[in-house]
Amino acid sequence: MGAYIFRRLLMLLPLMIGITLVSFLILQSVPGDPARIIAGMDADEEMVQRVRHQLGLDRSIPIQYLNFLVNVVRGDFGQSIRTGHPVVKEVWPRFLNSVRLAIASILIAFLFGVTAGVIAAWRHNGPVDYGVMLLTLLGISTPTFWSGLLLILIFSISLGLFPSGGAQTWRHLILPAVTMAAPSAAIMARMTRSSMLEVLREDYIKTAWAKGQTEFRIFINHALRNALIPTVTVAGLQFGYLLGGAVLVETIFNWPGLGWLIVNAIFSRDYPVVQAGVMIFAFCFVLVNLFVDILYTLLDPRVSYQ
Amino acid sequence: MRTRSFPNLWRRLCRNRLAVTGLVIILLVILSSLLAPWIAPFDPFKQDLSLTVKPMDRVHWFGTDQLGRDILSRVLFGSRITLTISFISVCIGMALGSVTGLLAGYYGGRIDGVIVWMTDLALAFPGMLLAIAVIASVGPGMEGIIIAAAVYSTPQFIRLARGIALLEKRKEYVAAASCIGETDFSILFRYVLPNCLAPLAVLFTLQMANIILIASGLSFLGLGAQPPSPEWGAMLSQGRTYLQIAPHLSIFPGIAIMIVVLSFNLFGDGFRDALDPRMRV
Repeated sequence: MGAYIFRRLLMLLPLMIGITLVSFLILQSVPGDPARIIAGMDADEEMVQRVRHQLGLDRSIPIQYLNFLVNVVRGDFGQSIRTGHPVVKEVWPRFLNSVRLAIASILIAFLFGVTAGVIAAWRHNGPVDYGVMLLTLLGISTPTFWSGLLLILIFSISLGLFPSGGAQTWRHLILPAVTMAAPSAAIMARMTRSSMLEVLREDYIKTAWAKGQTEFRIFINHALRNALIPTVTVAGLQFGYLLGGAVLVETIFNWPGLGWLIVNAIFSRDYPVVQAGVMIFAFCFVLVNLFVDILYTLLDPRVSYQ
Repeated sequence: MRTRSFPNLWRRLCRNRLAVTGLVIILLVILSSLLAPWIAPFDPFKQDLSLTVKPMDRVHWFGTDQLGRDILSRVLFGSRITLTISFISVCIGMALGSVTGLLAGYYGGRIDGVIVWMTDLALAFPGMLLAIAVIASVGPGMEGIIIAAAVYSTPQFIRLARGIALLEKRKEYVAAASCIGETDFSILFRYVLPNCLAPLAVLFTLQMANIILIASGLSFLGLGAQPPSPEWGAMLSQGRTYLQIAPHLSIFPGIAIMIVVLSFNLFGDGFRDALDPRMRV
């Protein structure tokens, strides 16, 4: 198992290098002279030269990339152009906030998604099943930046139950987490439903019925345990998406996460922050996917890891 | 050579009521966007400062916005922008992706390795993040959105087309075509490509739904269509300021996005089920 994990990590290396290359290229492909853009439109030539030298933009592109790569490996993402602080210091607390939001959403999504999926499978082809399936389609199709606004309208403006923005207390977490959880819950409900339906056709379920087990025990203890394996995989993948896809929700709820920081950094042309943010999210996404793969081999002994 | 004929597929699709509903809504939206200049009750850009943030009434069915513009007319015109952006970018993605994928899968070798690496790399970014990274380098605006959305959807088509090419190239009809002296080009595009058309079309529909969400999301963030454009995401982001006093500014563009995305998803799901009932999720 240890060797397997090591091999998988090694296979990740080209992807990791690719991610650094992509975020390096963000600055390289900015139209115009990056040094001038970063220095600002009203900067004089001397200032532009200084910025160019400071960022190493006066060297050849392969050398620039190697420098960039070495710095990234050392955990040095440069300095924020807007504030002058090291990017790591700017990005890290924001990243933790994004993780907090993503964990809350995935828990909500898992709880509601699995419950809805089991209920739909239990009432297969009945009105409840159709209702759940329609709800899941709505969940996938509703833009989070709209459902978030609706939740603010209902729960903070009309009912005054939750704050509409900020991140001070756990109450600030509820609305953004629910908004973000909806599409993931929908996907997990569909996954749970279809794998439940598949498992319920198995022979051992017939045996359980024949033994006179209660319906609840058959559904939860016998069927759900096996049906959850694909759902757990999907949950892991969704966690990666939630982490990196939180940009919209963070913006609506003024949640001080990394996604919001990236968008603001684009507007203020703070490219080192954009590069670091994009890179960190992509690294996490890849690592989470790997973790899910490994978890899958652990959960399901039939999946071989040779 | 096709194993499943299109008339058959069409019949199966028509039996799925949800898919047909989706298709009908899509056609209605396309029709209304084409006819927008004739059916919109007002000029979507005409400001009337005596009529700012009016609620819904008989003259302005969806009310008016902060500059007194008719929201119904803006939503109607907005569909043109949304549909055009997503259609163009998914077309670019499908054209680039399916040709690249077919060639990579059919020939294999080192180029295939590079293409697989690039595809994996693009898919290593959550969709919205990839789009934002692209926008960060090409700059905000409509062209930026189209490029970002195309970059997002190309690898999905590459992966699908490559998989099909890998599967099909071992089949007998490819060997037979090669025996009668057909060139690789002709084998790929006259024999293999028709076998991918149906799955590509399914992916196209589902990608339309995704791209509409991403494109309007980017405009919502201010990275795409800029005011006074009646793009739905941009309208929502402007309406957000007035959420407390005039929620209708944000509600209608949001409903529009949801309905269009939902109908593409309904149709795409039904299409996929009709194509291969075993793929049903």
